[in-house]
Amino acid sequence: MDTDKTILTSAARLRLPHQEMRLCPAEIRITNFNEVPMGYSDEQAHEEALRCLHCKDPLCVGLCPVGVNIPEFIKLIEIGDIAGAAEEIRKANFLPAACGRVCPQDKQCQSACKVGRNHPAVGIGNLERYAADYERAHRKTDTEKKLPATGRRVAIIGSGPAGLTAAHELIMKGHEVIVFEAAHRAGGVMVYGIPRFRLPLEIIDDDIRYLESLGVKFVYNMVIGKILTLDDLMLLEGFDAVMIGTGAGLPKILDIPGSNANGVYSANEYLTRIYLMDANQFPNFSTPVYSGKKVAVIGAGNTAMDVLRTAKRLGSDVTCYYRRSREEAPARTEELKHAEQEFINWRWLSNPVEFIVDDNNFVKQIRCEQMELSSPDESGRRSPVPTGKFFVEDCDTVVMSLGCSVNPIIPSTDAKVQTNKWGVIVVNADTCETSKPGVFAAGDAITGGSTVIQAMGQAKKAAAGIDAFLMEKERSAEKQTEREIR
Amino acid sequence: MTTTFLAMEPKTDSPAQVLQPVRAYKQSFKILAKRLLCANTFHITIEAPFIARKIEAGQFIIIRPYVTSERIPLSVCGWDRAMGTIQIIVSAVGRTSTEVNRMEVGDEFKDVVGPLGERSRLPEAAGTCVVIGGGYGTGAIIPTARDMKTIGNKVIGIVGARNRESLIMTEELKSVCDEVKITTNDGSEGKMGFVTDALKEVLSKESINHVLAVGPVPMMKAVSEMTRPSRIETFVSLNAIMVDGTGMCGACRVSVGNEIKFACFHGPDFDGHLVDFENLMKRQKMFVKEEKIAFDALLENPNCMSHGH
Ligand SMILES: Cc1cc2nc3c(=O)[nH]c(=O)nc-3n(C[C@H](O)[C@H](O)[C@H](O)COP(=O)(O)OP(=O)(O)OC[C@H]3O[C@@H](n4cnc5c(N)ncnc54)[C@H](O)[C@@H]3O)c2cc1C
Ligand SMILES: Cc1cc2nc3c(=O)[nH]c(=O)nc-3n(C[C@H](O)[C@H](O)[C@H](O)COP(=O)(O)OP(=O)(O)OC[C@H]3O[C@@H](n4cnc5c(N)ncnc54)[C@H](O)[C@@H]3O)c2cc1C
Ligand code: SF4
Ligand code: SF4
Ligand code: FES
Repeated sequence: MDTDKTILTSAARLRLPHQEMRLCPAEIRITNFNEVPMGYSDEQAHEEALRCLHCKDPLCVGLCPVGVNIPEFIKLIEIGDIAGAAEEIRKANFLPAACGRVCPQDKQCQSACKVGRNHPAVGIGNLERYAADYERAHRKTDTEKKLPATGRRVAIIGSGPAGLTAAHELIMKGHEVIVFEAAHRAGGVMVYGIPRFRLPLEIIDDDIRYLESLGVKFVYNMVIGKILTLDDLMLLEGFDAVMIGTGAGLPKILDIPGSNANGVYSANEYLTRIYLMDANQFPNFSTPVYSGKKVAVIGAGNTAMDVLRTAKRLGSDVTCYYRRSREEAPARTEELKHAEQEFINWRWLSNPVEFIVDDNNFVKQIRCEQMELSSPDESGRRSPVPTGKFFVEDCDTVVMSLGCSVNPIIPSTDAKVQTNKWGVIVVNADTCETSKPGVFAAGDAITGGSTVIQAMGQAKKAAAGIDAFLMEKERSAEKQTEREIR
Repeated sequence: MTTTFLAMEPKTDSPAQVLQPVRAYKQSFKILAKRLLCANTFHITIEAPFIARKIEAGQFIIIRPYVTSERIPLSVCGWDRAMGTIQIIVSAVGRTSTEVNRMEVGDEFKDVVGPLGERSRLPEAAGTCVVIGGGYGTGAIIPTARDMKTIGNKVIGIVGARNRESLIMTEELKSVCDEVKITTNDGSEGKMGFVTDALKEVLSKESINHVLAVGPVPMMKAVSEMTRPSRIETFVSLNAIMVDGTGMCGACRVSVGNEIKFACFHGPDFDGHLVDFENLMKRQKMFVKEEKIAFDALLENPNCMSHGH
């Protein structure tokens, strides 16, 4: 039967039904932090792999920021070589288990899938996750072949997807790599932002252990800019190049009455308390989080979805307030759908104007202005306009999920690292080098907030830039000695 | 500038060593010395060579004693760059500070992060400065007092405590000030009254160009009120609730001159005349219920703190 299917015509492939990943039922999943999509079975993965047409000019690859060879890895799954598929993905993507789970595929690879024109797109992300999970379960101990040691040292600042990817690329090139991380564990937003029920901790830890086995050193509790400046790293500590992967960690705080009330958090604080400090296991872990009976979440992006669903799992009645309508919600479609299944209340076209507090400064109500959508402008976009009508609802916790700007610690401690007016670090588009020679940057620090895979794509570019920079340094050093000998 | 701040710490002078690159970046965060200052309050010396190289007056660190602990901010009251050590004063007020104080010489903190925050501001022109401390603040003002003196100021210290038993660090403060005035609420040592009584007296006699106050919020507020009419530059160190200490979470936000500032990043020192102390005091009470639960859990099961260590 299998052999039959490998010679399937395109028309036959198009007729195969799309395989949905099984989800843990909503009633059960809101009682724990376990992963919601439960993965493909081997049969499902095979069936889904059969749906790919192996396009000669695969548009999907063009929209993957790291250019995973999608038709090739899907073909390997189709013929049952799952380890080979994982290896194929890894050639381009160092964190496939994470990306398979959290990439906004409907805006990236899958959005361009040829099958997707008239049918549901091939589940590229699901298949990527399947192959990566298989690889994790069966990982061989022998590591990839590193190039011979170059004697060059690179400091990587931050251990989010950008930092981890650059570390991997550079250690493979034979450079010595040390990652300096401000927090007490590695992973960046993948660990303290994205919830466990979307991205289990073991997955990130596994990739970090793998990097360690390749020789990457991680040093925690190091806030670069404070404990060591960029100049310290390069002039005193002997690093030949530095990569900044410090993310966009500075939360925006709504400037309305009551923003500083007790019980009003930024999404970063709320999620950090839970996922970095384990406040959901309070008091065994002693960091508290007050997640009240009624939680109001402001915003409707991915982060807001994560907060809504996290609060639900802490047992709260949760409501989302967003000043535009559902159609404009910036969240990934799947996330919005999953949240909608989880008994969350929605207040679209509701713009918070005040958090009303009690005598002890604890928030007790949220006041919103009702908005309506304007008629479409030239670009077809409808924007929210105030109606002058207001409403008030009870809540005892508010989480503001309004996005972040770039953490200014490094630029503010080194005048040579230029930023634009939003605080985003400016880099050379080809090499990712900053205005300070030898210092490169990638990830949210140069975009002001994007995605895991974008951060990884830039980190690969930065790593290539660093490698070229180091090799150039090598050559000029050689020339120098030659001259001296002569 | 000499590298040792407190007379009782071992003194070594080898600035050359300070500039040696250290290639193993591991800091052990081991407790090297510990002494009781007053009830529930210890002076602790920690091995943290990288922090010791960079720390400046007014900056702080964040400690997570165990894997299961909260991260708590603590001021650094002294350091020895050559020895690679920093010193803190910890008053046990709840679970995590109690965990810290129960640790012994030789134990290691799980995590110590720093230096965090900006260094204390110093007056532009030399003149007379007043530094005011209460509780751990008496230690926290010492490095700044020393800096003020180094750049040519006359420095007057004022210390306030409940009674003689709870006075701490007065000798150390005296060693970096021109004079130190002591007040106790019950008059058991120095003048009876509050730091503001002593400040009032100083203000009536001398022209002061800069004040720094570190201690309980009501004290910092009263000091700021007192210097407001004469517009004497006054800084206070805000002990807001913190999580990461690097500007990432916004837990520590305070209202200064009607603007939202992050105490860990923009501070911890701010212009006392612009701070909304009422809001700070209320925000400090954000987790009182949970803090009690956490503390009770520690008392019930003293071993729970080393779980996962
Ligand atoms: C709640 C939430 C949900 C998200 N969901 C998704 C999703 O579903 N899919 C997706 O693709 N993207 C998602 N994102 C975005 C994605 O996580 C980020 O784009 C990505 O993590 C950026 O990677 P990065 O390596 O640039 O930075 P980060 O992941 O932010 O990592 C930066 C690291 O640098 C460290 N650091 C910062 N300053 C210093 C310093 N001075 N010294 C040393 N270390 C420092 C930080 O502690 C951190 O570990 C989400 C983001 C959030 C907040
Ligand atoms: C910049 C700064 C410097 C400080 N310096 C010192 C110092 O040198 N010595 C010292 O003893 N104390 C210092 N503190 C206060 C110290 O951080 C708190 O006493 C400590 O966090 C209490 O934690 P706990 O678990 O023991 O008590 P809890 O029972 O949890 O809390 C007791 C009270 O401490 C405050 N607090 C609780 N958690 C935090 C937190 N994560 N961050 C800040 N405050 C919190 C709250 O107001 C709370 O009501 C400083 C605080 C700041 C912000
Ligand atoms: S890495 Fe992301 S964008 Fe690229 S193929 Fe995988 S899921 Fe698609
Ligand atoms: S576009 Fe779709 S069908 Fe074509 S190769 Fe990519 S995944 Fe397969
Ligand atoms: S403690 Fe998190 S921003 Fe200041």
